Amino acid sequence: MTPRQRRWIFLIAGAGLVAFYLWGLSGLPGFGNYPGPYGFAILRVAVAQTNATGVVSAINFDYRGFDTVGEEFILFVAAAGVATVLRRLRGERERPAVDEAAGRDVPATSSAVRMVALLFTGPVVLAGWWLASHAQTTPSGGFQGGILLATAFILIYLSGEFLVFKRLSPADLTDVVEAVGAGGFVVIGLSAVAMGLAYLKNFLPLGQVPGAVSSSGTIALISFFVGIEVAAAFILIVAELLDQTLLIRQGG
Amino acid sequence: MNTLAVQTPYTVPTAMMEALQITLLVLVAAGATAVVLIRAGVRQVLMLSIYGVLLAVLFLAFQAPDVTLSELVVGAVVLPVILLLTLAKVRKREQ
Amino acid sequence: MQVFPFVVVAWILGVGLYGVVTSRHLVHQIVCLIVVQSSTYVLLLGVGYVTGGVAPYFFDVPNHTPAVDPVVQACALTDVVVEAAVTAMLLSFAIQAYKRFGTLDPQELAELKG
Repeated sequence: MTPRQRRWIFLIAGAGLVAFYLWGLSGLPGFGNYPGPYGFAILRVAVAQTNATGVVSAINFDYRGFDTVGEEFILFVAAAGVATVLRRLRGERERPAVDEAAGRDVPATSSAVRMVALLFTGPVVLAGWWLASHAQTTPSGGFQGGILLATAFILIYLSGEFLVFKRLSPADLTDVVEAVGAGGFVVIGLSAVAMGLAYLKNFLPLGQVPGAVSSSGTIALISFFVGIEVAAAFILIVAELLDQTLLIRQGG
Repeated sequence: MNTLAVQTPYTVPTAMMEALQITLLVLVAAGATAVVLIRAGVRQVLMLSIYGVLLAVLFLAFQAPDVTLSELVVGAVVLPVILLLTLAKVRKREQ
Repeated sequence: MQVFPFVVVAWILGVGLYGVVTSRHLVHQIVCLIVVQSSTYVLLLGVGYVTGGVAPYFFDVPNHTPAVDPVVQACALTDVVVEAAVTAMLLSFAIQAYKRFGTLDPQELAELKG
């Protein structure tokens, strides 16, 4: 089948699919007229029940915590998949990780990039930590804080210090941190079961004031564990891809 | 009563919010078309990064600040980095 | 305005699918897959929008201000981060396919017999 034929068949079939999709979407109650009872019911009771002013994080880690465990394990398996698929196969050599910049004709990283990247690493780590620990108050949470923490490590690589990046995030340490994050979430749920409640029920003291950092029971704790798990997963993914690009060579 | 809350009234006219949302939706549609039509390479990755930022602002106009945070970091930093690393690996093998 | 966001969602889906089907480079195909996934985020947030509602965070507004639906925001939020990891796995498959078969053209890869 030639590419032209493929394109024409797709245009006809795709037009049919989009028309059907639009007909289905026109059955929705219009943009802005959300009728559903579930959202309004949660908004009515969330702050009073969990003492968390961030309703979205309360949903993610308390009301629908079971779904979040599943999503986090998708992340875990994807990181493991990247590490497995990119392992060093038979017939490939790994170059020793020494700095070969002097012998190559690659332009060195400009000083402006290095300075800006190094300057921003500290504030990015601080911002990521703040986001991961304030899930229950403001628009933040474990997922956002985790990827921001991974971005700090990418900044270290961008500032030209690949060897520092490798030394700061050895594969064993990252694996352990990721496992601690994923396992911590499950353990918190199981300790609710150990106390005779349902799995992942919010059993820690809820705190006095709604919206304080120490309130809302297990939500803050779960958000912290999710944050370190997401950060470790993305650092692992970027480190694997960097190894492939810079270190592994064919032959040998 | 929430003792930590500060009373800040938010009164944006609905028409202004609608105009903002329509503009951003048109920009997002144009951005998606541009991402698909550009050929593979560094240029497409840059266009994907711009598309991610446009999506983030659209989510902000839809009153979803935490989805904005996620999409901003993922679309503007993490996805371009892993895409560029893959492209560098493929190009290095071609040499 | 009642139906315009959903028209944009269908447009992004169609354009992304066109990119996936008629692509000649695996990385281009993966980027078009990212575009298709982004259409679902816009759909989720468009379904849950309430006209005149604020973001569902009651840190600085009184407790029962009319707000938009928080459930779809929770879905979209985890969705964005997980999609990035799955994209990384797809890219690692592309790297290994290139190492094995020497080509990144999906229409040539379909004809190879291992």
